[in-house]
This record gives sequence, C-alpha cells and structure tokens, in this order.
Amino acid sequence: MSDYESLRHFADSWGLLAMTLLFLGFVSWTFRPGARRRHDEAAAMIFRSHADD
Amino acid sequence: MPATLAKSGGLFLAMVLALVAMAQAQDTAFAIHMGIMALAALIAALAVMATSDVTARLGHDESVYDDAPVRWGVIATTFWGVVGLLAGLFIALQLAYPVLNFNLEYTTFGRLRPLHTSAVIFAFGGNALLCTSFFVVQRTCRARLAFPSLARFVFWGYQLFIVLAATGYLLGVTEAKEYAEPEWYVDLWLTIVWVAYLIVFGGTVIKRREPHIYVANWFYLAFIITVAMLHLVNNLSLPVSLVGAKSYSAFAGVQDALTQWWYGHNAVGFFLTAGFLAMMYYFVPKQAERPVYSYRLSIIHFWSLIFLYIWAGPHHLHYTSLPDWAQSLGMVFSVMLWMPSWGGMINGLMTLNGAWDKIRTDPIIRMMVLALAFYGMSTFEGPMMSIKSVNSLSHYTDWTIGHVHSGALGWNGMITFACMYYLAPRLWNRQRLYSLRLINWHFWLATGGIVFYNASMWVAGITQGLMWREYGADGYLVNSFAETVAAIHPMFLLRAFGGALYLSGALVFAWNIAMTIAGRIRAEAPMTETPYDARADRPLPAPASAAGALQPAE
Repeated sequence: MSDYESLRHFADSWGLLAMTLLFLGFVSWTFRPGARRRHDEAAAMIFRSHADD
Repeated sequence: MPATLAKSGGLFLAMVLALVAMAQAQDTAFAIHMGIMALAALIAALAVMATSDVTARLGHDESVYDDAPVRWGVIATTFWGVVGLLAGLFIALQLAYPVLNFNLEYTTFGRLRPLHTSAVIFAFGGNALLCTSFFVVQRTCRARLAFPSLARFVFWGYQLFIVLAATGYLLGVTEAKEYAEPEWYVDLWLTIVWVAYLIVFGGTVIKRREPHIYVANWFYLAFIITVAMLHLVNNLSLPVSLVGAKSYSAFAGVQDALTQWWYGHNAVGFFLTAGFLAMMYYFVPKQAERPVYSYRLSIIHFWSLIFLYIWAGPHHLHYTSLPDWAQSLGMVFSVMLWMPSWGGMINGLMTLNGAWDKIRTDPIIRMMVLALAFYGMSTFEGPMMSIKSVNSLSHYTDWTIGHVHSGALGWNGMITFACMYYLAPRLWNRQRLYSLRLINWHFWLATGGIVFYNASMWVAGITQGLMWREYGADGYLVNSFAETVAAIHPMFLLRAFGGALYLSGALVFAWNIAMTIAGRIRAEAPMTETPYDARADRPLPAPASAAGALQPAE
C-alpha cells in the first residue's frame, strides 16, 4: 500500500475514532456533576470588580 | 540605557541590511519593498531612542492595564475600515464601469481586488482582533499585558505587514492564492509578528490572576494558533532569488488547490469566525450587562467549531479534479457546522433574554443583535451552498460574493463597529460616546447597504448560474459569457449603491469615534424619554353604585 493509501485508511478508521471520542469527551465534560455552579461563576466573572475580591 | 542602545543599534543594522537587499534587488517591486522595510526600521530606531526614558518610567506599573496598543488599534481599525470599504466601492464601480480601470496596470480590477479583500479582512478585521484581544485578555485574566515592548512590536509590525501587502498588490506582486496573496518575504515577516502575538497573548494568559480562563480567550487562542498553522503550511514556497519577489508554491496541481482552500476556508473559520466570536462572548454580555445565556453552550460551541471547521475546506473545490470522497467530506462537515453556528447565535441572542427592550434603547446592542442575526443567516446559507447540487448552480457566480458579504458586512463589520463603540469612551476615559443618535444613523445606513448588496447579488448569481447552464435543443450553450455579464449589469449598479450606503455608515462611525477621542459630546435628545401620562396616573373615580362595581363574570 502506498503512503497515501495507508494514511487515508488510518484517517478514516482509528484517526476518526480518536477524534470522535475526544470530541465526545470534551462535550460530556461540561455535563459533569457540579459543572453548573462553576459555569455560572465563570459566566459572571467578567462582571466582578476588584472591590469584590 | 544599554537596552536602548542595543535595540536601536539592531534596528539600524536591520535598516542597513534592507538597504543592501534593495541595492541587490532582482526586480523593482522587491527594491521598493526593501526601501519600505529600511524606512520602517529607521523610524522604529528613532522612536526607540526618543522614548527610551519614557518607556523606562512607564514600563511596569502592574496596577493598571496596558491600554496604549488597544487605543492605537481602535484608531487603526477605524482608518483601515474606511480605506477597505472605499476600495470595495471603487472595484464595485469598476465592474459596472470598466473605464474606471484607467487603462493603467496599477489600477486594474485584478490588482485592486486583493487590496480590498486584504484591507477589510486583515487590516480592518485584523486590527479589531488585535486590539480587542489585548483588551479582553487583560480584563478577563486580571493581569497587565505580558511583554509590553513585544506588544508594541506586534501592533507596528502588523501595520508594516499591511503596508507591504497593499503596495505589493498595486505593484503586481502576488502568489495568486486568495487571501494569501503576499509573497514569501512578507509571509516571513507576518510569521515573526504572529509568533510575537502568540507570546504576548499566551504570556498574559499564563500570568493571569483569575483561575478560570474565560471562554473568549479560548476563541482568541484558537484563532491565533490556527491562523499560524494555516499561514505556515499554505505559504510553503521556494523563492526564485533571495533578493527577488517571485516564489513558487511547494505544492502542485490539486494538492496546491486543496491546501489553498484548506487555508482559505479556515481563514474564514478561525480569523473571521473564532476571533470575532471571542469578541462576541465578551462584549455582548458586557454591553447587555448580563452573563452569557449558557456558559456550557459556549464551551460546546467552541469544541464543535474547532473539530468541524477544519474539514470544510474542500467544498470550494466541488466538481474539480479533487477526489470525490474529499468533496463529499467537505460537504458533510460544512452541513454539520450549521449546528454549532446556530448554537452560538442562539447563545448570543438569548443573552438578551429578559432585557430585549435594550434593542430599542441601546443602539450598540441593536448593532450586536444585527451582527448575530447575520452570523446566523450566513452560517445557514454557507452549509446550504456547500451541498453539491446547490453548489453546481451557485459556484463561480455572484451568489458567492453575496454570501461572503452577508457574513463580512453583517457579522464581522457590525460586531466590530459595536465593539469599537463600546471601547472608545472607555479607553479615552470619556463620559460617553460623542453621539448615540449617530450610531442609529450608522445602523440604518449599514443595514440598508447590506440589503441592497445581498439582494442584488442573489439575483445576479442565480441569473448567471441559470444562464451558464442553459442548453438549446441542438445541445449547444444558449448564452455567451458576455451576455450573462450584460444581464446582471443593473445588479452591479444596485450592489455599488449598497456599498456606498455601507461606506457612508462607516464614515459616520469614523466621525463619531474621532469626536469621542477629541472629547466632544454632541448636544442631542436622549434615545428614550421617560413615558409619563399625568391624566392616567391617578386613582379610578368612585363607582356610581356598589352593584355597578360588582358585575358578575360571564
């Protein structure tokens, strides 16, 4: 098999699987328990002033 | 003092090297560019010497944010915006009236068109990204900008890149790659500037005093890193001479085309989308004074965009010699991109949930909502046009031009203007903008301009597409190319009219920003009056009878 063929087969098999799992991992991480509180804090962070620290 | 000496000495040395390269140059264009380089090095050396005592004093006050490069960036964004839009209007008129090419090689459409695209994308958009990223990263990290002199180098080095690119186009220096036209030595210069940008931005993120990295910074970082990668790979080329402008691409044929459109589409994805989304995720919540609708959605938006966008490039090469599977892959990923794009649009718009009245009372919010609406519309139109059967009608026609401008004028332009309106009074410490009512004028001039631009290009594009593919009974094409051009001439005029409206809006914007910087405040009626009706504001009169007051319900 040529380099092109083997790279292509890697890309549409293991490469694709790894990318998909990585993506699903990143997305499901935002649904972990306790995430909501941390997200609310992060979203409100840009409104805190030095006086609140 | 020794640092100043070393810096200015190094700059003088750079000037001498540039002058040597100028003397040895193989072609006029390269000589002119080396002359510009030498001049820039001289100015920089003089500036370093003139301000050495000032920078030593001001250098490291960590208790305040470093906003000087942000202020320069706002001025540069305003200036290049007007220049780029003016160039756009001029080439639109050239298409309608070819006499405007002036029969001079320097002013032909072919040379002015990249001047327009680079001026609006890289000069206007790029300066907006530079200055907002420096503003946002300091505020969200609660830390002063890292490497202040490097940050100043990034700003001025980027302006030098713009000048070299723009003069190169007029002189006919081009790699003939769309949105990557500058030749090898200008590419190398941009690489140096870009690495410095990454160091300043990344350095500020690293020294942050805030544990969490706010989502806007994720988008900015993705934009900086991905553009670096795209720029390096797409511009791999071999110069004919080390003292000449011409170079040849490292790739050939369809590989070169795919590399170019992998670059081209991700320049849209990461320069014009990820970077501007970073602006959206900071400035929309700040202007609305409400946290973003869903922080979780913003993270999902981020990862989906990152994972999907990079594969969408092949849709620029439908029905070419690119392998079929690659075309289909580009199409499928483009269609999937619709989801995260609309997720982001909904996230931005819903940030106004419970405060929708601000659209009426706050013209900056109105502008941001328009930007998000156009982000939504163009990210719907784009996936649709990437479908092969639609693309067979739309590709190579003015529909594509219309699509690009709905994104560029509607999304990038309006969000940038809104951010500049947000920044100007804060950076120059003014009570408010010179005029809020002028923002309203800008808003409606720009909106009208986009409507004329897009509507005319839809009609022109579909007309072209249908005329090009029309066969007669004998199997020959019915229309010649010149006939299709004649058919869409009225649309060209309407498009130029739309462009003129949009440009006049930008002139109103520039006037407003300039007056704000000058510290003037326009005497004008406020955007909202307090509604009060003295006659209605009183208790109800006593009921005529107790029975009359207690009507039974039906």
